[in-house]
Amino acid sequence: MTAEPAGLGVGASLRRKEDARFLHGLGRFVGDITRPGMLEVAFLRSPVAHARLLGVAKPAGAEKRVFTLADLANVRTIRANSALPGFRVSEQPALATDKLRHVGEAIAACVADTRAEAEDLAASCELDYEALPAVHDMLAAPLPGSPLIHEHWSMNAFLETRRDDDVSGLDAIAAAKVTRTLRTARQCMAPIEGRGVLAEWDPRLEQMIVTTSTQMPHVTKTGLADCLGLDEGQVRIVSPDVGGGFGYKGILLPEEIVCASIAKLLGRPVRWLEDRFEQLTGANCREHHYVITAWADRTGKLLGVECEATVDAGAYSSYPFGACLEAAQVGSILPGPYVLPLLRCHTISACTNKPPILPYRGVARTGVCYVMETTLDALARQLGITPQAIRLANLVPPDAMPYRNLVGKVFDSGDYPESLRRAVAAFDLDAIRARQAKGETVGFGLATFCEQGAHGTSVYHAWGIPFVPGFEQAYVRLSPDGVLEVRVGVHSHGQGMETTLAQVAHEILGVHPAKVRVVHGDTALTPYSTGTWGSRAMVMAGGAVAEACRQLGERIAAIGAALLQVQAGDVEVADGKVRRKDTGGSVAIADVAHTWYRAPQNLPPGVNKGGLEVTAGYRPDPDTGTHSYACHACVVRVDTETGAVVLEDYLVVEDGGKLVNPMIVDGQVLGGLAQGIGTALYEEMPYDEMGQPLAATLADYLLPGTTDVPDVRLDHMETLSPWTTFGQKGIGESGAIGPPAAIVNAINDALALLGAEVLDLPASPPRVLAAIVAARSAKR
Amino acid sequence: MKPAPFAYARPKDWSDALKLLADGARPGAGTQSLGPLLNLRLAQPDTIADLRHLPDYAGVALGDGVLRIGAGTTHAAIEDGAVPGRIGEIMAAVARRIAYRPVRNRGTIGGSLAHADPAADWVAVLPALGATAIALGPRGERRIPVAGFVKGIFETALANDELLRTIEVPVLPVGARWGHWKFCRKVGEFSKATSCVLALPGKPPRAVLAALDTPPLVIEDARALMGDPLAEAARIVSGIPGLTAWRRAIAETALRRAVEMASGP
Repeated sequence: MTAEPAGLGVGASLRRKEDARFLHGLGRFVGDITRPGMLEVAFLRSPVAHARLLGVAKPAGAEKRVFTLADLANVRTIRANSALPGFRVSEQPALATDKLRHVGEAIAACVADTRAEAEDLAASCELDYEALPAVHDMLAAPLPGSPLIHEHWSMNAFLETRRDDDVSGLDAIAAAKVTRTLRTARQCMAPIEGRGVLAEWDPRLEQMIVTTSTQMPHVTKTGLADCLGLDEGQVRIVSPDVGGGFGYKGILLPEEIVCASIAKLLGRPVRWLEDRFEQLTGANCREHHYVITAWADRTGKLLGVECEATVDAGAYSSYPFGACLEAAQVGSILPGPYVLPLLRCHTISACTNKPPILPYRGVARTGVCYVMETTLDALARQLGITPQAIRLANLVPPDAMPYRNLVGKVFDSGDYPESLRRAVAAFDLDAIRARQAKGETVGFGLATFCEQGAHGTSVYHAWGIPFVPGFEQAYVRLSPDGVLEVRVGVHSHGQGMETTLAQVAHEILGVHPAKVRVVHGDTALTPYSTGTWGSRAMVMAGGAVAEACRQLGERIAAIGAALLQVQAGDVEVADGKVRRKDTGGSVAIADVAHTWYRAPQNLPPGVNKGGLEVTAGYRPDPDTGTHSYACHACVVRVDTETGAVVLEDYLVVEDGGKLVNPMIVDGQVLGGLAQGIGTALYEEMPYDEMGQPLAATLADYLLPGTTDVPDVRLDHMETLSPWTTFGQKGIGESGAIGPPAAIVNAINDALALLGAEVLDLPASPPRVLAAIVAARSAKR
Repeated sequence: MKPAPFAYARPKDWSDALKLLADGARPGAGTQSLGPLLNLRLAQPDTIADLRHLPDYAGVALGDGVLRIGAGTTHAAIEDGAVPGRIGEIMAAVARRIAYRPVRNRGTIGGSLAHADPAADWVAVLPALGATAIALGPRGERRIPVAGFVKGIFETALANDELLRTIEVPVLPVGARWGHWKFCRKVGEFSKATSCVLALPGKPPRAVLAALDTPPLVIEDARALMGDPLAEAARIVSGIPGLTAWRRAIAETALRRAVEMASGP
């Protein structure tokens, strides 16, 4: 089955088909799309974090151009519940009515011919509210006496989870024990394209057509239909080119509901384009706090971990992933790629007066990896062993695969220790130690982790969130001219699936990728899918396209065999042809298509009446997910006078199983890495005690630029997953997971001689310098 | 993030520009700072007078040992060598690190100085170079030493009816030594501390410490700093109120490293 490396199928580094339009500036994003008579929307948003809303005074003469919830017809609240026991339900209104729960919460929608005029309207509305104390500190939020954000709750927390292994005996037997308090910053996802929505009501079809920047069009359709009180058939979601998803584009937004509702009321198309201020004050993610204790024996082998984790989940449970996606996964991700015998873990998803926390590339894993990996290094320092030694003492060995860990995660395949050895071998550690001996504050850091991707029904049904991924479907159709059309319900927005899914089709049918047309991003044209999230698309949609092509191949073979005047069993489909196995005589697939559509008189008797169209479903068995894994290693130089950190060298050894297109995988890893460097060194959205966001422009919210990302060395291993079509594994998020851990470990290695240790992310110059100063004064 | 309504005016000559100013118009040059302020609605002027089309607004002339740089000269032009000689090299190196090239393509030296953001590069560098700002008002031209031009955050010595027209910079004599250091979290970001040192033969060295949310501190005689940078930098910075510990540390570092560069080979 496997194509030659120089071929066009699975494993080939084919240039991306979609790049022709992107490089020529011909991509079509929501912001490029207009309609005759279209109105633009600006939202009146809450200026305060917590208040009782008493009223909205519309500007005189513009009453019909300003919409509050009372003006919208029967719009339901957004409810992203969870079946996890103890979950507290939040009701997120499309527009706030009685209470304001975070800065930026939408209160009214103002419509005008231009956005500027709509903003003028919003600026002239008057708000009447009674301010309440802002719940801004996630550690204090759940405590008694904290003002309740949802007043019928007993405490400001969506959920607590516990795992209670007995670790009380470990103090007596451990050779090393470390406790650390660690924190990761609240971040904001910052795709180049923000959210955008264009809603129009089609009275002929009685259908709401919503063109919106989403990575999950079908789930958005389900959620939107529910909130609007429409049948799902009455909602069509079109997701055109999307300028970066990262999780933010997976969320059903109140703005989508409001725009759709107004478009129907007015009978005119209505568009809202999120601006950078709205994005930076809305797309919250990541903020974790940990108190972690780990015990190890003399060799560095872990004996147990105890962890108290808090995640600031913000004010509402966002649809569909919910408020607990981060905290409730901490316990299951903490063991990482290691053999861990005991885990005691308590997590809390705190509710605060901040925008809802949303899933961001790496979801939970970036923070958990940071905590586990820095804790391992602290243990290694205490034991006087190297970071690589403590990891090799604990990594799951290849002969244990498939390996089921103590929380029940099953690792499918891989040689985790080898990825570490390859990474370490790529550095001249002696040279780094020699520089340190000369007093240079340089350091070497490592992080190893695995990334569960494409986890399916068996994992998600227990969460009980609004969707459970099942069988992924793909539809394939051979056109009369022999062009193969592939329709998928996932969405491609940087993953290059217009290319890779064509490679998969080519792999099965031999149709040239240039003759394969991948259609996505329209619920009217594609099979239902939960969409592109959780590093699942290449495993799930790739598997579904392969299966659909295989079934289509059988139908093609039957017709081709008849044309070749042999039995179906005597032919094979390859290289775009149906070929006799004996003589090699062949008929082109395009001729088979011509026969079905335009010369049916030549069809064999008893031909499959389904024709040359197939919808097929696919799910790996087991569907507990693939585990790609990686070792990140880097060298940093720290300026001890300013706290500035320079990345001198960065290497990733990555195993994503079979790489369908290695070039595209490199792009995925590098893009994720840039975001991981942002988490490690730059990105931070602080809130003050009033719950006001303090980094609401890109001058304050720092993102790494091209000059801040070093030339990264990438090395691949290719251990096939035994459970997927080609052995491929999900790999879309991994680049964003490792960098904070690897970089801070390198910083702490550089600072070890000074006795300083960085604990909080990002490792900004003020934090690094503060760690150095604190160590100096402790020595005095 | 769209501006509140405003009128756009394009004065054809300087008297026209001064008249617009008298009528309350806000002057705009490259609008690389004013633009975002408009979009955030932090600035809501009734009229913007676009100065970019005024005669002789951009360009560099040399005469009598002085370079006359039109206030509308872009950072990019300076980066690309519009200013001749050694001082041009120094200014090109400064310009190259202002924000990003698209900003430098439109942003101007005079616009930046008149905007008087304490973190701006020319606000820090021009006082060290001994530059003079030439303002034009209803009563004619007025010369203002740049060392005293910036009075506060977004506050200058310009009167309400004056425009910044030209910046004069003396040509550097042979043997001049220059040091410049600034701290940015990343390429293109606003500086968190900037220091410059200019040492001319036979004169006491001049130093500037800037970008600390206050007007630049000009040290006309920096011999003590050159002699004992560690102690003197600490002393100078301790006199600036309201700085965090980290900001004090990088301010001291800025002074020391600018001195080091000016003292080096």
